[in-house]
Amino acid sequence: MTQVTAEAATEAAPLRGGELGRFLWTQLTSMRTALVLLFALALAAIPGSLLPQRPVSPIRVKDWITDNPLVGPAFDAVGLFDVYASPWFAAIYLLLFISLIGCIIPRIGVYVRALNAPPPLTPKRLQRMPDYRTASTAEPAQSVLQAAEQQLRSCGFRVRRLEDSVSAERGYTRELGNLVFHVSLVVMLIGLAWASLLGYKGNTIVVEGQAFSNTLTQYDDLTTGAAFAPEQLDRFTIWVDQFDVKFETGPVQRGAARLFLAKVRVAEAGETRPGVIEVNNPLIFGSSTVHLVGHGYAPVVTVRDGAGDVAFSGPVPFLPQDGNFTSLGVIKAPDARPSRLAFEGSFLPATVTDELGTRSVFPDAVNPELFLTAWTGPPREETGAPENVYSLDKAGLVQLTEGEKKVAFRLKPGESFDLPGGGSISFDSWKRWTKLQVGHTPGLWLVLVSVLVAVTGLCLSLFIRPRRIWLRVVGDRVEVAGLERAEGRGGMDDELNELIEAATAGKGTT
Amino acid sequence: MSAYSSLAMVTSMVIYLLAVVAFAAEWAVARRLEPTSVDASILVGAGGPDELADRLAPATQRRLLRLDMFGRVGLALMLVGGAVHLVAVVLRGIAADRMPWGNMYEFVTTALAVVVAAYLVLAARFDMRWLGLPTALLAAISQGLAVTVLYVAVAPLVPALHSVWFVVHIMAALVAGAAFNVGGIASILYLLKERAQRRGSVGGYLGRIPDIRKIDTIAYRFHAFAFPLWTFAVAAGAIWAEFAWGRFWGWDPKETWSLVTWVIYAGYLHARATAGWKGRRAAGIAVLGLVCFWFNFVGINLLVSGLHSYAGV
Ligand code: HEM
Repeated sequence: MTQVTAEAATEAAPLRGGELGRFLWTQLTSMRTALVLLFALALAAIPGSLLPQRPVSPIRVKDWITDNPLVGPAFDAVGLFDVYASPWFAAIYLLLFISLIGCIIPRIGVYVRALNAPPPLTPKRLQRMPDYRTASTAEPAQSVLQAAEQQLRSCGFRVRRLEDSVSAERGYTRELGNLVFHVSLVVMLIGLAWASLLGYKGNTIVVEGQAFSNTLTQYDDLTTGAAFAPEQLDRFTIWVDQFDVKFETGPVQRGAARLFLAKVRVAEAGETRPGVIEVNNPLIFGSSTVHLVGHGYAPVVTVRDGAGDVAFSGPVPFLPQDGNFTSLGVIKAPDARPSRLAFEGSFLPATVTDELGTRSVFPDAVNPELFLTAWTGPPREETGAPENVYSLDKAGLVQLTEGEKKVAFRLKPGESFDLPGGGSISFDSWKRWTKLQVGHTPGLWLVLVSVLVAVTGLCLSLFIRPRRIWLRVVGDRVEVAGLERAEGRGGMDDELNELIEAATAGKGTT
Repeated sequence: MSAYSSLAMVTSMVIYLLAVVAFAAEWAVARRLEPTSVDASILVGAGGPDELADRLAPATQRRLLRLDMFGRVGLALMLVGGAVHLVAVVLRGIAADRMPWGNMYEFVTTALAVVVAAYLVLAARFDMRWLGLPTALLAAISQGLAVTVLYVAVAPLVPALHSVWFVVHIMAALVAGAAFNVGGIASILYLLKERAQRRGSVGGYLGRIPDIRKIDTIAYRFHAFAFPLWTFAVAAGAIWAEFAWGRFWGWDPKETWSLVTWVIYAGYLHARATAGWKGRRAAGIAVLGLVCFWFNFVGINLLVSGLHSYAGV
């Protein structure tokens, strides 16, 4: 009953804006809220690890939604397929960091004041302290106190000499470490924000023997931060001269990658120099890095048109679909006349045909074959619109047939196929391509430094043992007491014993 | 070489199983002692039961001696098992001609060797033989799973793993993981004993382990030791990822769960400093942290595909 009336009373007198604000602020910056927000963050991070995520695998997201028509669209609506960019995820970590800032600023003030204050007065009843013992002494009180002060100071304590006692404290660095740790977290977040605002990351596929220049148009895809400007792209050109790959051929982990090494030449600021790119060994230009993130095969083909002219010749990157590099791709010859030609199909580096069908059984090109179907259509106006080079827009095209049968053929290197109705395609050879990722992450050093500082602060905060020790002389008796101010390794016993020994040994000078 | 390594792995698992039996026997004998006749704090102390024993009934005395014997046998078995285990890990490294941390099998077996070594030091130096039963159980079960489910033959590393940062990252994760496991065991014992106390029936094994405040402190120390190392392991992993894949953080499932684990343990440390969350709730959070750790390790490697799918299974 009383409680109800009390609640009614608070409700009756509505909080003024300022009070409400202060109330909310106190709540937000309380340790309990920090705890709840930490758990909320952990919980919120989980769905993104279990559901496919759009930035990583958009196709799997699409498939997932198709396979789960009931919940898929709802999940999509609340951002479960891009958890780490969703507003609710951001809300949790921003609240956490606001709470953190609100928590550390006052604590910095408290800490600075504590640093400037002497150790507290000796409590009246030392026997109430968790560690307490007494000893008798024949030494004069001042000499005991003097000796105790010396001993404590030599152990690194900050000492306050009082009339009949000594009060000492040490381990201030613990709180410093704690503050440094929490501040570093905020700095790290700033570094991350900087990196994501001004950074960019792009991928490009470069066939052996070809080059990449760092301009917008040369990227297959490019993601940029909100404050990115194209002028930021560092100017350089990379020729991929050779790409070496080795795969495990032994029985254990057969087919696992053993070596990737791209031999390149780099032109930057008018100078050309040789270089290599390996996994774990990127090229670095200022704050841009060039990583080797993928590779595949590019069959080299020559397409002749119905008039007998070469309509297309060169390597065509095919995209790997599995660990054995079954690769899909499209060959386009829009300039073929009288009608344009296109081919769609797959490249298998290690072709085997058996009762399981035709497939690739190894990632290296030990028995490469090209499997194609052919398409044709009337010439088309060049529109200049960008076109996906890895897929075939079949509008306006018809598949080539021979009688009822669709034309489908397989080629080994050096073979060619004459198309019904004129024209041919020859599979001349194959090359490898590498996928290079160019990344620019400007705030990275700040993130790194703040993490290192954070770990240092954390160690201080966890391993420093803050404690207080008091010694009082009452007649011919010496009382000592200790208080551990944080959970530590213990060790107070020894410290108190040493103190008693030193203080009563008669070494103090009055 | 690798065959000898595997043989030694299996042998160590068998020895750990025997240790489980010995510790379980110790536990079973302890159960038959009337709770009042054994003051845990005295028994667990360094001196052993000698002086106390004089004052006890002969039957109880004999039981106490048996009890102690089983405990010693268990400890000795752990020592032998640990030695064989260590040999197995070293041989594996020699066979592979690199640090034996290239796949899940190697990681588990090495991490367990660290756990067992930690236990032996604790038992010898800090009178913590009582951690024997859960530790032996953990070692036997995980070692058993490692040699059966996770086993893969020796093979070189994929290029992405050729990095100093990988070595640093794995080493830190290994030691942190071992410490989280020991700390987690202590937290579980804390919860069990605390519950038994509330029900007023602390007997047997639980009666022989230290008082819950002490267990709590031990749990805290292990977590406090492991947490900065884990922080460092995650950071080193991010640096490695920057070199290997050109992005230091990509919300790969493995990375996500490392962070989740980290956040839970940060929650544990906060909980201990928050009134109302001390003790039972904090211990509960520690267990949750351990669950996340294991899920990250087993669940993510085996169930979810990502860049970190290095299990090799
Ligand atoms: C980004 C979120 C946070 C993380 C990851 C984090 C992490 C940690 C960790 C790992 C510790 C234990 C190490 C130590 O004792 O210094 C700790 C301690 C502490 N944190 Fe946080 N913290 C966060 C936010 C906060 C917030 C919002 C507050 C304020 C309410 C806060 C207040 C404290 C306090 C007072 C301690 C000291 C506890 C003690 O003395 O044992 N933290 N924090």
